[in-house]
Amino acid sequence: MYTQMVDVSERGLDENSEQQRIFDDKIDRGVTIEADDWMPRAYRETLVRQISQHAHSEIVGMLPEGNWITRAPSLERKCILMAKVQDEAGHGLYLYSAAETLGTSREAMIDALLSGRSKYSSIFNYPTLTWADVGAIGWLVDGAAIINQIPLTRCSYGPYARAMVRVCKEESFHQRQGFEVLTTLCRGTPDQKALAQDALDRWWWPAVMMFGPPDAESKHNERSMRWKIKLYTNDELRQKFVDQTAPQADFLDLAIPDPDLAWNGERGHYDFGSPNWTEFYDVVSGNGPCNRERLRARIAAHEDGAWVREAAVAYAEKRKQ
Amino acid sequence: MSEAEPKDWPLWEVFVRSAHGLAHKHVGSLHAAGPEMALQNARDVYTRRNEGASLWIVRASDIVATQPEDREALFTAAEDKPYRHPTHYTVPEGVKNL
Repeated sequence: MYTQMVDVSERGLDENSEQQRIFDDKIDRGVTIEADDWMPRAYRETLVRQISQHAHSEIVGMLPEGNWITRAPSLERKCILMAKVQDEAGHGLYLYSAAETLGTSREAMIDALLSGRSKYSSIFNYPTLTWADVGAIGWLVDGAAIINQIPLTRCSYGPYARAMVRVCKEESFHQRQGFEVLTTLCRGTPDQKALAQDALDRWWWPAVMMFGPPDAESKHNERSMRWKIKLYTNDELRQKFVDQTAPQADFLDLAIPDPDLAWNGERGHYDFGSPNWTEFYDVVSGNGPCNRERLRARIAAHEDGAWVREAAVAYAEKRKQ
Repeated sequence: MSEAEPKDWPLWEVFVRSAHGLAHKHVGSLHAAGPEMALQNARDVYTRRNEGASLWIVRASDIVATQPEDREALFTAAEDKPYRHPTHYTVPEGVKNL
């Protein structure tokens, strides 16, 4: 679903070596870096951190939506939501696999998530209070994720780029189904329309914050862009999101909760207000509405599944004999 | 996360043949305790949208691969043999079906 760069190490480059020169040259020529190629330690560490955070986001992202599977309003909506949640599990797997090519183990990554050392996207620490929230997540959260992820299909690290191709292909239905849920609500009773507006009111700013801090405060933008791990800055992607989402809100006849939002004909873009970044850093550092609940749910799932993993190993051992 | 818990299951590479008659193509990898589980998981993860008509799984540790440092010795020799490509040859104007 989405990743967010939150804590990147400050380690310097292994400069001036012949290997470094070959690496830089490949990056400049747009040749993908593959798992067994030499790469600077900081490049490897940045990728491990980014890809594993991305994977964790997919896995934790199943929780707010899974919350609504049994209560989705029709059998078809239940099937759709199950398919979507299943996709997120698959996306987590593709990404964990990509991170493993860099020499980290699955176990180490899961441990980093469950012990709270590794981050995931702040958006999943907000609750899904109503059915309209499922629509808002598809429309806004997956919409933002797609904008972030499409450039990643061209990033410099081959296994990550290839995983993102699969993710993007599968993700395209997620956003549409969300928009369809909201379209249906907006064409319904006044109460249903109000439900949709309430969901937009609560999800708009967290979605705008998904692109990470403003460029001026994001010290790692530059290095990740030089390495072609990142192809556009946080603010460029955020602008794109607002530009494509505002007309969709108009179509739904819903009001985006930003008094500064206005079309700027001169720039050819929407102007918009600044999110509450204090809230962003609060949520990232573990104090969002659902951080503890999400982690508790993941830990319980991992511990409750221990006997299944043990049984599977015992069975595989027995079959080998 | 207890000490008794097994380490990561073996890694398997997954190859899917699409219904269009193309060869099996590498699509990704997964961990599984054994071959049956690997096939089942590959089916669940990599063929949810009619992507495939056949699946191969191979234990990643069984794959023999070239090393990056061998690249020059193995693959650059072909670069100075343009005569292996049809575009090397000039077809006289007016000659057809060649």
